[in-house]
Amino acid sequence: MMNMSKSLLTSILRRIDEKEKSLYLSLLIAVAILPLVWQSDYVLRIATLCGIYIVLALGLNLVTGYAGQMCLGWAAFYGIGAYTSALLVMRLHASFWLALPAAGLMAAFFGLLLGIPTMRLKNTYLAITTLGFGEIVRLILLNWTDLTRGSMGLPGIPSPSFLGIDLEGKLFYYYFIVVLVIVTLVTMARIVDSRLGRALQAIREDELAAKSMGIDTTRYKIIAFAIGAFFAGIAGSFFAHYSAYIDPHNFAFGESIAVLSMVILGGMRSLPGVVFGAVVLTLLPEVLREAAEYRMIVFGGILMLTMLLRPQGIFGGVQRKKVSQTPVAVGQGKQPLYQNR
Amino acid sequence: MFLEQILNGLAQGSIYALIGIGFALIFGVLGLVHFAHGEVYMIGAFIGFIMITAFHLPVWAALLLAIAGAAIVGFLVELLNFRPLRKAPEYASMICTLGLSVVLQNATMLIWGSDTKSLPLSSENVAFSFFGAKLSMEQILIFTVSLGLMVGLQYILYRSKLGKAIRAIAQNREAAALMGVNINQVIAATFAIGSGLGGAAGVLVGLYYNAFYPTMGFMAGLKAFTATVLGGLTSVPGAVLGGIILGVVENITAAYISSGFRDLVAFVILILVLFIRPSGIFGRGIQEKV
Repeated sequence: MMNMSKSLLTSILRRIDEKEKSLYLSLLIAVAILPLVWQSDYVLRIATLCGIYIVLALGLNLVTGYAGQMCLGWAAFYGIGAYTSALLVMRLHASFWLALPAAGLMAAFFGLLLGIPTMRLKNTYLAITTLGFGEIVRLILLNWTDLTRGSMGLPGIPSPSFLGIDLEGKLFYYYFIVVLVIVTLVTMARIVDSRLGRALQAIREDELAAKSMGIDTTRYKIIAFAIGAFFAGIAGSFFAHYSAYIDPHNFAFGESIAVLSMVILGGMRSLPGVVFGAVVLTLLPEVLREAAEYRMIVFGGILMLTMLLRPQGIFGGVQRKKVSQTPVAVGQGKQPLYQNR
Repeated sequence: MFLEQILNGLAQGSIYALIGIGFALIFGVLGLVHFAHGEVYMIGAFIGFIMITAFHLPVWAALLLAIAGAAIVGFLVELLNFRPLRKAPEYASMICTLGLSVVLQNATMLIWGSDTKSLPLSSENVAFSFFGAKLSMEQILIFTVSLGLMVGLQYILYRSKLGKAIRAIAQNREAAALMGVNINQVIAATFAIGSGLGGAAGVLVGLYYNAFYPTMGFMAGLKAFTATVLGGLTSVPGAVLGGIILGVVENITAAYISSGFRDLVAFVILILVLFIRPSGIFGRGIQEKV
């Protein structure tokens, strides 16, 4: 076990060159000492929120960025995770440490379900299906009042405890989300360079070509949905216990748009880009405090302007060189060499 | 009771049909979905509302101005959101109009507030009896106006030069361009026509329920899109039929099962159609080309 984790660690470190290594290390230290240097509940809350959105956005990035499957209902997995975890703990008195992975698995199961239509649907059709899926989940959460209490929400979701100690401190949540973010980042970095990651990128570049090269496209797309949704479910579980109250409104279409904006602003397929996008777009509404009602306008505007001005996102293209050296249209992705649209 | 639900469904369905025609026309010429189309409908409704309340115009004048206003909005959307991205990957224009829809919705909310607005009209509830079912004045208005607009659209599509150009572009854009069709003008005109119909639907629905609110376009847009998918996405008669089916099914579900399921029905239909028969009722099968 020890040996395995050690080899994992070295293999990750080998991928990162020296300059990046010191950058990541200093970032990690900064994140670790942030609550000690800046002792403010408000700052801690925003930082924790940033973490939640990073996990959500990284999950979506696997589906939309790497596999190229547009998903407009991401908040559904977030909601499924949150409700699964909250209901397990509140109704069945399960431990949080059991409910957290269960929430991830439940979301992954629904990710699997939503992945199945990708067999036949692509682009716009898929986007609309996922949008419909998101709305269906929200409407079920809203109308299944026996289970979810509908719009009244679930108040008083208990905090987790460990060895009999109640962990409800804000510090605990902060460090816990930091761990979750690191786990998600490492998993994603590993996936991207794995056989799965390569297959997903091949599917995105040209699905037909990938298929004819022997890639089981349907299977890989479904796996991408399941893994991405798993992390969204984990984020949902964390959010439910952290905020102690959830209602279906937390998981509406606007949330899906927010997460999508984060992925797109930073740049799809760039892990630092997605983290950047999530942090900036979580901070922005807080910085513009008195203009909180502009939050959604900002998100919508970012979606529009990014597409018009820099479709690959701010960090997009940074990793492009790794993926392909080919300077022609193939490298631009998604488009066949000619089209008659 | 049952007949009345059918009539309500027909009225609601005509609205979906009017919005859906816009989706079908635009998808026909560009092969893209206009995600902000629901917002165009909402803007049409608000123009109508302002014309009636602030300028005390009669309903027919407000309706005409709403159609014109929505057409202009649609024209601008094409100019600013679709034209620059015509050569970009498909997802670009999708995300772009999605962003536009969020911006328009929230901007409207900032300007006029998110509360529901009603006309101060003395709603005398003029209703006629139709084989024992109640048929309201607003429903008659919806039926006549939407029927008139649909007939007008058929005239444009099949009897005018513009309509011929629209159909030519829908068949093959490059070939149409080679034959001397001005692609940009015709696509812009298609957006204007589709958006105008959406604007008319907005005013009609606002009068029908006497409710105008900034988020009205989101649900209506999604449902109209469902109707269009049901009909085959590029087919105008398909959009009309799909809209009417959806409206009727929705009203019957709300009346006989539970009103909470009203919105759910549309999405279940959408996912079933996309999964079982993505080409819809009138659509042609999609063949992937290498």
